[in-house]
Amino acid sequence: MRFLKTAWHHIKRSPYRAFAIVFILMQTFFVISLFTFLVAGSVKIIAYFESLPPVTAFFVNDAKQEDIDGLKEQLLATGKISEIRHVSKEEALKIYQEQNKDDPLLLEFVTADILPSSFEISAKQIEDLAEISSMIKGSAIVKEVVYQKEVVSKLQSWTDALRKIGIAMTTVLLFDSIFLMIILIGIKIAQKKDEIEIVKLLGATNWYVRWPFIFEGMFYGIVGAILGWLFSIALLWYSTPFLQSFLGAIPIFPISPLFIVSVLGAEILLAIVLGVFSSLLAVLRYLK
Amino acid sequence: MITLENVSKTYNIGTAGLLDITLKIEKGEFAFVVGPTGSGKTTLFRLLIREMLPTKGSIIVGNLDLVKLPHKKVPHLRKKIGVVFQDLKLLLDRTIFENTILPLDVAGVSFLQAKKRVEEVLAQVGIEEQKEKFPIQLSGGELQRVAIARALVLAPEILLADEPTGNLDPKTSSDIIKLLVEINQKGTTVVMATHNVDVVNTLGKRVIGLEKGKLVRDQKKGKYAVS
Repeated sequence: MRFLKTAWHHIKRSPYRAFAIVFILMQTFFVISLFTFLVAGSVKIIAYFESLPPVTAFFVNDAKQEDIDGLKEQLLATGKISEIRHVSKEEALKIYQEQNKDDPLLLEFVTADILPSSFEISAKQIEDLAEISSMIKGSAIVKEVVYQKEVVSKLQSWTDALRKIGIAMTTVLLFDSIFLMIILIGIKIAQKKDEIEIVKLLGATNWYVRWPFIFEGMFYGIVGAILGWLFSIALLWYSTPFLQSFLGAIPIFPISPLFIVSVLGAEILLAIVLGVFSSLLAVLRYLK
Repeated sequence: MITLENVSKTYNIGTAGLLDITLKIEKGEFAFVVGPTGSGKTTLFRLLIREMLPTKGSIIVGNLDLVKLPHKKVPHLRKKIGVVFQDLKLLLDRTIFENTILPLDVAGVSFLQAKKRVEEVLAQVGIEEQKEKFPIQLSGGELQRVAIARALVLAPEILLADEPTGNLDPKTSSDIIKLLVEINQKGTTVVMATHNVDVVNTLGKRVIGLEKGKLVRDQKKGKYAVS
């Protein structure tokens, strides 16, 4: 308790220095939170696309039912198809209406006629999907083939890139934070040289002198983590309506409150480790 | 209580602080250490609190051999010795109460107990009214009392006072000396370095004389200058 009190005393005596440290830590934890949410969102998007049928073939608007049935027979004849389902224009409209039920404007002018019917196809062997996909592309009644594997692999490479950028930025900012804390706590120790000498002459142990600086580092870390997290939550909350309409049917929202609180918990733990590590380095360097 | 045997201290620049000092101070004694500036009085005190080690010889304080004392045991020694430093070493940004409570805080005493003890000691030295003030708001004599209070707050077995009456007027000096005598009468060993001729001559206590680091006299009931 006495160490906490002394640490608070140190912080109050140099508010600008405290602000500088908290500010850089806030940026670090803001970036960490943001990339955590982005990567977690990307994982959910990938999971959504993985849950879709592997291949979807959309037909041209005037495709005749007998041509569609013919293509189905042709595909089944290969023996490589495990499931094939025809989604009619009416079914497509129902799906569209379900996805946009909260936005009447989007429903107003859309009829079954303008939506394409399609085949949702699953293969017995995943490696046959590419062959099936190119076979469908050759048909005159097929307008577009969406091969989910390509979408998923593209998304995966985006997520990997995002993760790498996040790790790189976080590493740079973490180093910045550590160095800044070492320098500023070091300056504080140098300024308190006389006071430290006096308490040591009065019988203080090295740890009596060190603990307040360590608590000070922990305090900066925790406050920086909470502020960074709060700003990222505010940004997420602000951009939710845009993201919701952009992502459409992809079920990312609402984000689980448990996940959001877990991110904060993990960040506070990291902040404590960071604060203790930096201040410990400073006290071991300047308080021999 | 305090035993020095053939103690010498030479500083890195080659200056001799103390030369071959052997002396013994018993428990409950009141001893003056006298001598001109640079005679080794402060060096002797710094050795007694293990602020530095002697170049040769042995120093025993209580049951602790200071030469062999491991570094981590030094705080334990310093809690047994109260020191009134020549430059007082008060923290200027803390109140009198906060300065006085510091040794108790360092020793891990609970705040409530510490507060009670500080109030007792401040009353003993006569500055309980000033406890919320900062050092800069006090007179020289009051500051000396604060330094004495801080040195006494852990009820040490030994009190070292390095020129506690320096720069004080005769009346204030006399008050400070009376206080130290009272403390000594309660059983604390007091060792006081001083230049104050009147104080030494009036009290008629033990006088340890140093000159250029050497022990030049040790009298049971001495005077400042040898007649």
